[in-house]
Amino acid sequence: MITVHNLTKTYGQQTVLNIEGLEIPKGQSFGLVGNNGAGKTTLFSLLLDLIQPSSGHIVNNDVQVDQSEAWKPFTSAFIDESFLIGYLTPEEYFYFIGELRGRNKADVDALLSNYTDFFHDEILGQKKYLRDLSKGNQKKVGIVASFIGNPDVVILDEPFANLDPTTQIRLKGIIKDLAAKEEVTVLVSSHDLIHVTEVCERIVVLNKGEIVRDIHTSTETLKELETFFGG
Amino acid sequence: MLKHFIGLQWKSFYRSASFKTEIWFKILMGLGALYFILVFLGMGVGSFYIIEKSGLGDPLRVVNRFMIYYLAFDLVFRYMLQKMPVTNIKPLLYLPFKKSQVVNYSLGKTIISFFNIAHAFFFIPFSVVLLIEGYAPIQVIGWHLGLMALFYCNNFINIMVNNKDGVFYVFAALFILAGASQYYQWFDITIYTQPVFDFLYDLPWTAIVPWLILVSLYFSAFAYFKKHMFLDGGLAKKQSEAKTENLEWLDRFGNLGTFLKNDIKLIKRNKRSRTAVIMGFFFIFYGLLFFTSAIEVYDGPFWKIFAGIFVTGGFLFSFGQYVPSWDSSYYPLMMSQNIKYREYLSSKWYLVIIATIISTILASFYLYFGWEAYAAVLVGAIYNIGINSYLVLWGGAYVKTPIELTSNKKAFGDKQAFNAKTLLLTLPKLALPIGIYAIGHFLINPVAGYLFVAIFGLLGFAFKEKVFTMIEGIYKKEKYKTLQAYKQK
Repeated sequence: MITVHNLTKTYGQQTVLNIEGLEIPKGQSFGLVGNNGAGKTTLFSLLLDLIQPSSGHIVNNDVQVDQSEAWKPFTSAFIDESFLIGYLTPEEYFYFIGELRGRNKADVDALLSNYTDFFHDEILGQKKYLRDLSKGNQKKVGIVASFIGNPDVVILDEPFANLDPTTQIRLKGIIKDLAAKEEVTVLVSSHDLIHVTEVCERIVVLNKGEIVRDIHTSTETLKELETFFGG
Repeated sequence: MLKHFIGLQWKSFYRSASFKTEIWFKILMGLGALYFILVFLGMGVGSFYIIEKSGLGDPLRVVNRFMIYYLAFDLVFRYMLQKMPVTNIKPLLYLPFKKSQVVNYSLGKTIISFFNIAHAFFFIPFSVVLLIEGYAPIQVIGWHLGLMALFYCNNFINIMVNNKDGVFYVFAALFILAGASQYYQWFDITIYTQPVFDFLYDLPWTAIVPWLILVSLYFSAFAYFKKHMFLDGGLAKKQSEAKTENLEWLDRFGNLGTFLKNDIKLIKRNKRSRTAVIMGFFFIFYGLLFFTSAIEVYDGPFWKIFAGIFVTGGFLFSFGQYVPSWDSSYYPLMMSQNIKYREYLSSKWYLVIIATIISTILASFYLYFGWEAYAAVLVGAIYNIGINSYLVLWGGAYVKTPIELTSNKKAFGDKQAFNAKTLLLTLPKLALPIGIYAIGHFLINPVAGYLFVAIFGLLGFAFKEKVFTMIEGIYKKEKYKTLQAYKQK
């Protein structure tokens, strides 16, 4: 599904990302972990063509992302609050995304009804604009909006941060369900080793822009990661 | 303690983004500031003699007569632009400062704000001239100090009524009503207010009254502020109740409708964009300066075209100029969602076109000044639609200034929005149509001049697809730089 070829990103003298090769097959749930500045968000931004690679490129389902826009219909993401439109209500925002992805109101409503628990009555019908919601609630909106329109690739940057414990647990369930679908490739980055080992089949560790571990998740994975980051 | 406050203030001043512009622009800004200072000084010095010459009577009395309007205008102006100094308070709240110190500091800061200092440029020279012209020194000083206190009263009144839109609109309406009724000689408010200001001169000791008012206003502002200095009180961001709007009538336009819906909400729900649209609306009346022969310089034939461009292009210039910056806070979303650049651009283009057409219809009252006036408006509209609409979109690709939608800061121009490329693009927007008109006007006749400009506009319209492909290419090329620039708030 996603192939990374000799990808580097440098700012001035500093190389923030340097990945020789990485292949993410279709349907995989892929976890990205690393300390601050390891290059997680940089990689995701490159995947979404929000920044330009210094060298190399990424191919998403046969589309080279920095050459063509054809990856947009089947890829969706929530990176940070710059993916939200502050002056819309959550409903308007969902419908807006829905319209962009060719889903009508009824489709969007049907999808949203699956997330009543996740929203915990704090999102829909609140008479609030997105900019006035709390950080956690904004995040819920962004995450759910990225599921609209059955995308093949879902990219979530730090989805667990800022969420309350109940919501974190529910989100894990949601991501697991999503990953269980054969055709959906989920990319998640996180600082929380426990969460990420729970929801991802494969975990890649980035350190200073380079891949230092590429693990197929098993019962020992959490220990291995803890030793890596602890040591 | 004060040392810390002043240190913070100084840092926020010289580290602000506006200081990080190019050197030539700093020089230009300096020259601009100098120009305005000189204009105000000239007004202060000159107004005495101008009023004296025009035979309206004693200049001091004339100034006193219209002082009520000056004060009212000042208040309205402040309400719209002067921000409450709360932004930097939050990080100070939990530090070992006394609350009253923080409040005093914030209120004190407003005293040296531009909105107060600006008046000094008029009043100090005016008072000096009064002294030179032989008005009694004690009385002039009394008058001067009294008025100074009144302007500072405005300062604190504004702090207390901040964000009370209801009060503001009532006041602004009264102000306009008073002005209108004076103009049509129904009712002259100045008959009742002039004596108040005259008192300050005739009996200089009365100047103490405005000072007493000022002191009491300071203390009430202090008390008000202190009482509300909590995160969920006065420091909270104002939240308005949100209503979900469907605007389903736009659905028939497909993807274009989706964007138009969003743009309408953008304009309705954000202070900054509302201001831009209101400013654009007032451009419609700009032509009055030209067509009423109010200003002689504007009587030349080219100015009519100039006026036509501005009358119908208000929205184009005030809103269109900042495309795509209106979407700066969620530009990454727009760039990674299932959106084609061309659709995005053409929705903005249609918005500009629709607004231009509406302005043209609204401007039909220019027919009153003869068909030629309205012909200039129509021709201006055609040129705006055919040429200028592309040029603003094109220029927008280079603007790259993030816009903070919820505040009116920088609503009246942003220096970062000026760079060599956008300045160059202004030329064809204004100078080119005037040039084309001049050719027709001098070679054949004025009608031919109008026709030439209109044909030019229509030609531009015909090449829409081609031009859009070009603009799209530029936007794509600038995409990464734009994304990067919008990140830096």
